[in-house]
Amino acid sequence: MSVRIKEYRGTYYSRKDLEEGRVMAFRDRPEARYAWATGVAMGRFLSELKNGRIIGRRCRSCGRVLVPPRMFCERCFRPTDEWVYLSDTGTVLTYSVSYLGPAAERLKEPVIIAVIQLDGASPGIGILHKLGEVKPEEVKIGMRVKAVWKPPEEREGAITDILYFKPIEEG
Amino acid sequence: MASIKRRVAIIGAGITLFRRRLKETGRELSFYAAKMALEQAGITLDDVDAVVCGTAPDAFDGVHMKGEYLADGMGGHRRPFVRVYVGGGTGVFTPIAAWWHVASGHFDVVLAVAEEKMSSCFPHPQKAFTTIFDPIYTRPLGANLVWIFALEMQRYMHVHGVKKEQIATIAVKNKRNALDHPCAQLPAKITVKDVLESEVMVWPVQRLDISPPSDGAAAVVLAAEHVAKQLTDDPVWIEGVGWCLDSTYWTNRDLYYPKYVEYAARMAYKMAGIKNPPKEIDVAEPYDPFDYKEAHHAEGLMLARKGEYLKDVKDENDIFAKYGRDGDLPICPSGGLLGVGNPIAAAGMMKVCEIFWQLRKEAGKRQVKNDPRTGVAQAWGDLMQVGTVMVMRV
Repeated sequence: MSVRIKEYRGTYYSRKDLEEGRVMAFRDRPEARYAWATGVAMGRFLSELKNGRIIGRRCRSCGRVLVPPRMFCERCFRPTDEWVYLSDTGTVLTYSVSYLGPAAERLKEPVIIAVIQLDGASPGIGILHKLGEVKPEEVKIGMRVKAVWKPPEEREGAITDILYFKPIEEG
Repeated sequence: MASIKRRVAIIGAGITLFRRRLKETGRELSFYAAKMALEQAGITLDDVDAVVCGTAPDAFDGVHMKGEYLADGMGGHRRPFVRVYVGGGTGVFTPIAAWWHVASGHFDVVLAVAEEKMSSCFPHPQKAFTTIFDPIYTRPLGANLVWIFALEMQRYMHVHGVKKEQIATIAVKNKRNALDHPCAQLPAKITVKDVLESEVMVWPVQRLDISPPSDGAAAVVLAAEHVAKQLTDDPVWIEGVGWCLDSTYWTNRDLYYPKYVEYAARMAYKMAGIKNPPKEIDVAEPYDPFDYKEAHHAEGLMLARKGEYLKDVKDENDIFAKYGRDGDLPICPSGGLLGVGNPIAAAGMMKVCEIFWQLRKEAGKRQVKNDPRTGVAQAWGDLMQVGTVMVMRV
């Protein structure tokens, strides 16, 4: 806003104005469907999930083990060198408790999500997943967790082949 | 910078109301903002050599190539016109792109217009936001956009021991500042308690921690030095620009600190000759789509040390003493995205407009009290990965 300007334009309307027809709207639902190629790296990652294993890629130049895997290192800008199996246990780097679904709809039962650094991945290299078998107030950053997998016959080669990660006690 | 050919000034700015829904189309809103900016600059479209458009995802509108659809309303008809896009960072990146059009020596006068109409996506634009996530690796988990903010806020609080009570003071400040902005969508006098008692969306993010979806447009006119000096006695010089992009693999970096914002700021500060940002910058508009983001970005802009933006801030009085309009370093005097609204690209441009008006001493009731000479505007976005920074001086 400037003191030199006297009028700011724009005409507000409410959702009710729209629903009750006081504002004209033309409605459409564009339909576009997709079949995404998973690519070389993610394709292997997904097929390993189907086998109950998590796989990453190592770049020998910077030494990082990357998960999700990629065929090139974005820092060194060279091909990554080898496949590396990672443990399905790890550590919570950060977490949150979501009462919102994908369309901002309210959820009765919240979803707990976390960035998890898997054992064998480089420091700070995390993956996003859900936490289960734990109450929201019990989750802590630094908590140790382990993947809970779908039964083998139900796996389809998707990130959801892991149902969630649950806390583990270690001696 | 290798060799910048010419100095560039902002000579006019315009803005529409920001609201949850506006009856006008994006084209009509763009026209209002562009026309106002030209009038403020004292020129007409005939004087404009090129137009730069900023607008965020096509998914909001459900119309592909929306830059082209907006061109007429932005003054882009039958002249060089280009749309730039870096997610939420677009609003500050748009005048940066306009800057290089002029600094290169290729154009003398360039109009930069940013627009967003989020209400077309019905009933809520969140659904369109989910298409920014990786379709194979992230979307099947049911991700919504607030997740990433909540994860980042939690990490920031954990690493530095910052409390939610402290972060809530930012929402209090910005919404109160917005009471003096005639275009503001959510100005309010609220307390820390109100923020802490508001609906939990994605813990630790609550309703009053978040800026709203909005419709709106904003514009600035840029001119080369020789033209600017003819047209106005009060040019505001663009003395530093910077931008930087990190990876979309956002779970592979430590979210407590936006390194890419720091890199963008370093680029802009080097160009502007700024060595000690908190001492040399008089007013700042860091991007605040969420309250903690103001702290996160002020630290990325090196206006405070890592984790120290809210040091000694225990309540409302402390935040106004430090960062109010008559505070030590005024931050978001406009009211920010939290108070004025968040029509993505237009929101970033609103921050550039605000610094322009603050440095020209035209901000009226919002005018900061420290006789500002140098200001910085910053925007941020995509998958927590882009920083765009502009330093302005009079």
